[in-house]
Amino acid sequence: MVKKFKNKTLAWLDYRLPVFSVLHEALVTHPTPRNLNYWWNFGSLAGITLLIMIVSGLVLSMHYVPHVDHAFDSVEHIMRDVNYGWLIRYIHSVGASMFFLIVYIHIARGLYYGSYKSPREVLWGLGIIIFMLMIATSFLGYTLPWGQMSFWGATVITNIFTAIPLIGDNIITWIWGGYSIDNPTLNRFYSLHFLIPFLIVGVVFFHIVALHKFGSNNPVGIDLTNKKEKIPFHPYYTIKDLFGFGIFFTIFSLFIFFAPNVLGHPDNYIPADPLVTPSHIVPEWYFLPFYAMLRAVPDKLLGVIVMLSSLFILFIIPWLDTCKIRSSKFRPFYKQFYWIFIFNFFILMWVGSKVPEGYFLIISRISTIYYFAHFLIVMPLLGKFEKTLPVPNNIFVISQKK
Amino acid sequence: MSAIGAGLAVWPFIDSMNPSADVLATGVKEVNLDNIKKGSSITVKWRGKPIFIKHRTDEEIKEAQEVNINQLKDPQKDQDRVVHPEWLVIIGICTHLGCIPSGQKNTDTKGDFNGWFCPCHGSHYDSSGRIRKGPAPKNLQVPKYTFINKNKIRIG
Repeated sequence: MVKKFKNKTLAWLDYRLPVFSVLHEALVTHPTPRNLNYWWNFGSLAGITLLIMIVSGLVLSMHYVPHVDHAFDSVEHIMRDVNYGWLIRYIHSVGASMFFLIVYIHIARGLYYGSYKSPREVLWGLGIIIFMLMIATSFLGYTLPWGQMSFWGATVITNIFTAIPLIGDNIITWIWGGYSIDNPTLNRFYSLHFLIPFLIVGVVFFHIVALHKFGSNNPVGIDLTNKKEKIPFHPYYTIKDLFGFGIFFTIFSLFIFFAPNVLGHPDNYIPADPLVTPSHIVPEWYFLPFYAMLRAVPDKLLGVIVMLSSLFILFIIPWLDTCKIRSSKFRPFYKQFYWIFIFNFFILMWVGSKVPEGYFLIISRISTIYYFAHFLIVMPLLGKFEKTLPVPNNIFVISQKK
Repeated sequence: MSAIGAGLAVWPFIDSMNPSADVLATGVKEVNLDNIKKGSSITVKWRGKPIFIKHRTDEEIKEAQEVNINQLKDPQKDQDRVVHPEWLVIIGICTHLGCIPSGQKNTDTKGDFNGWFCPCHGSHYDSSGRIRKGPAPKNLQVPKYTFINKNKIRIG
């Protein structure tokens, strides 16, 4: 191995424990496509947000009390009495929304540029696992303040398990540790909410290992064979990622300092009451599309199956999309369907926040069908029939044209 | 063999998450019915769940008994859901996703069938607590209870 470290102690240590060379390879020399656009910033943004969530969560956990009689008060104690408690809690709650926003954009970028296609199927699948773990973590975390939305959100979501035939009731008793959501439930939710982020860190590690095996995809979506098409990660992408952090922290701060509760629900500032259901239960905005699909189906078990399928279908996208060309740039028809899909996702998000009656119910059904049709009909068929544009064999052709 | 051993060793960890002895011990509750006027109802807490106890009026009983049960999603005769027709005792948890239906106070929305209405996802229950409209699959559950005397019941 080439000597990388001038510092003798570092070289001595690295010879015996090569983490420094691994880091050096990943963050400094790693050859990266030179044509990455700003949509490629969201991976590193997701990483920094995960870190912020873990650090802020750790500090919050030092003041929070996971007991039904004290949880709500301890959160108010954090808000009013703990030094900078308000700031740390707002970082954590707004951070959850930001994390989902970033990850949604990250996934949308992967969909647009075909980053899930061979040989990056496992990389994509690991990403979906991270997304699912995030869903679990944020759901568990949302119950901890023990407000009305916490309690009833947890009730509605855990009751999904009663849809399982025969053993559903036993399973939910096991999940609750009782006959209803109560102190044992809050305790275990807290415990799991603490654990899962570290599992996410583990999967992120595998996600990065898989990424570095073939390197990043790029906007043109072709395999880069010419060395000139790649540049070292540092300083080119370290500086670009840091610039992205700057923009992100500005937006993040605007929310934290000027509109910390705008993404939350006011009912969660009412202490949980097991005998009074709020008149309208809505999940956080990032769950709304999936909540809409749950409610679009009139049958309980089928509704649950549809909602879970809407997530699990993401794993098999690499095989549903039959087109060999990765980037939508060269797929004029797919590109249009892609934007319809994104639009449809927003429709689901909007209708998920409404009472499922009348027109809203009809819209939610059409949108749910379209969501699945995009993956099950559009993706497999377009790959066969679409007339794609000619794909250049290197990235320079494109940049010269412009 | 070792796989079986490892499998069995996992059980205590799984079972530790089931209801503990003290949670199981809170299973029985006695309720006095003296102060519930005809046409009104009360909510009591049993095993952390709300129990609706409704003193039904004659019209409500008649309404509940005259329904053609073949039209119901979860067919059940009103007689099979009560001990004394005057008293309806049900678990006040929507069988869809566990919200608490409104309809306990006279000023509440009672839904299209003069019983209860679940605000979460729009399930309508009748005056016997049976599901009539909406996504819930089952009737509101009837807990196990006995009449100790004319005006007192024991739930559980």
